Amino acid sequence: MTPFSYQRPERIDQAIALHGPDSRYIAGGTNLLDLMKENVLQPGQLIDINGLPLREIEQTAEGGLRIGALVSNADLAWHPQIEQRYPLLSKAILAGASPQLRNMASTGGNLLQRTRCYYFYDTATPCNKREPGSGCSARDGRNRIHAILGASEHCVAVHPSDMCVALAALDARVHVEGPHGKRRLELVDFHRLPGDQPQQDNVLVEGELITAIELPVEGFASHCAYLKVRDRASYAFALVSVAAALEMDGDVIRRARIALGGVAHKPWRIEEAEDQLSGKRAEAGCFAAAAERLLQGAQPLADNAFKIDLVHRAIVRALTEAAGGTV
Amino acid sequence: MSEHSSAAGQTCTISLELNGERRELQVQPWTTLLDLLRDQLGLTGTKKGCDHGQCGACTVLLDGRRINSCLTLAVMHDGASLTTIEGLASAEALHPLQAAFVKHDAFQCGYCTPGQICSAAGLAAENRASSRDEIREHMSGNLCRCGAYPNILAAIEDALPALRGQEGAQ
Repeated sequence: MTPFSYQRPERIDQAIALHGPDSRYIAGGTNLLDLMKENVLQPGQLIDINGLPLREIEQTAEGGLRIGALVSNADLAWHPQIEQRYPLLSKAILAGASPQLRNMASTGGNLLQRTRCYYFYDTATPCNKREPGSGCSARDGRNRIHAILGASEHCVAVHPSDMCVALAALDARVHVEGPHGKRRLELVDFHRLPGDQPQQDNVLVEGELITAIELPVEGFASHCAYLKVRDRASYAFALVSVAAALEMDGDVIRRARIALGGVAHKPWRIEEAEDQLSGKRAEAGCFAAAAERLLQGAQPLADNAFKIDLVHRAIVRALTEAAGGTV
Repeated sequence: MSEHSSAAGQTCTISLELNGERRELQVQPWTTLLDLLRDQLGLTGTKKGCDHGQCGACTVLLDGRRINSCLTLAVMHDGASLTTIEGLASAEALHPLQAAFVKHDAFQCGYCTPGQICSAAGLAAENRASSRDEIREHMSGNLCRCGAYPNILAAIEDALPALRGQEGAQ
């Protein structure tokens, strides 16, 4: 690792004031330190935010939950309120990483983790995300794990988080604080598509800090499923994943939420696909039609055409499981 | 601002309760917890496998919870309590997991063993895994390249009731 200076502020405003162009906030550190060891990132200053008061899980005025950015992934997944009211989130978190990493990784950091595209990690190869303008090695290279939706000629990387896929389906919001004050974003608007600026994973501006994630009242607790398909049974990133959440009236769907992981630069949601399920009897035909709509415009690369069939089947299966009741 | 802030190149003083003993330590900001243990303190029981959080050989218990010591900076843990493989046994007896690993021959080369045992101790404290499938899933952060998994699983399964008893007695 390249030497850096280290600060541990105790207040949010101190942390933000310390932040400059060469700074990084560090919370769990599980992804940042890995990237620093690989020389993908070489910050001159680390601002350790673990002293900030961002570890609470509290009820919001409207009856949802506000999760402090420093709550660990393990504590979040096993929090009684999350297990009971938002089991989709719990399942998605527990589908990711390992117990050791979940004990370290923070809620805010999970949103900010970087892609696991091999070329992003390999400093010997061009990568527009790591070094803007250098080119994309994945587009015509090995691209089995890469995007089939929303990619650009500059970048075909996917966002690696499981947690964010569930948060997208649950209509979560992200609270941030920065040099220009506080703002609240919809999680689905937090991450961005690569376009011609793949170096920007999300819409945060310099110095902005995630302070909390907010969950609305509705947690789809009785009809949800998180289905993750990967190369080994545990401890691997998703090839594709599906967060499915339904509000049911008998066997008729009242509301549906579907988010996909492993297919794009951000969790993938198409509201039309969800709306067309409203009022329908839960059965494979309408689930397949929703899958078709979600996959509209999919453009596979040389090695990842299999993802189209795989995610189509995964959507139908996840919706079928959700309709049958949360397991 | 805490006193542990440092300019580039400067060292910081931290206090750790290491295997039950309070230690004042000088660390550089970029020293990982793993490198502190092995290189600075000579506690080489904790192993460096991949150094990227993928193999689990560096697993230690930080405030009773299992973590990868390779993916965290020592300077971030001022005031913490740390247990490594060297701190698990008492003066008289092996830790129940150590005894179970010996009984079940749960290793070949032994390199992953300290991490496996610390991870299993963390698993026992979490109390989220009982069945063989659950233990397998909750040990997925620890790789064994010799493939001693069947015996590792048997050892953990065997030791878990005794560990739960210990917890209850405390």
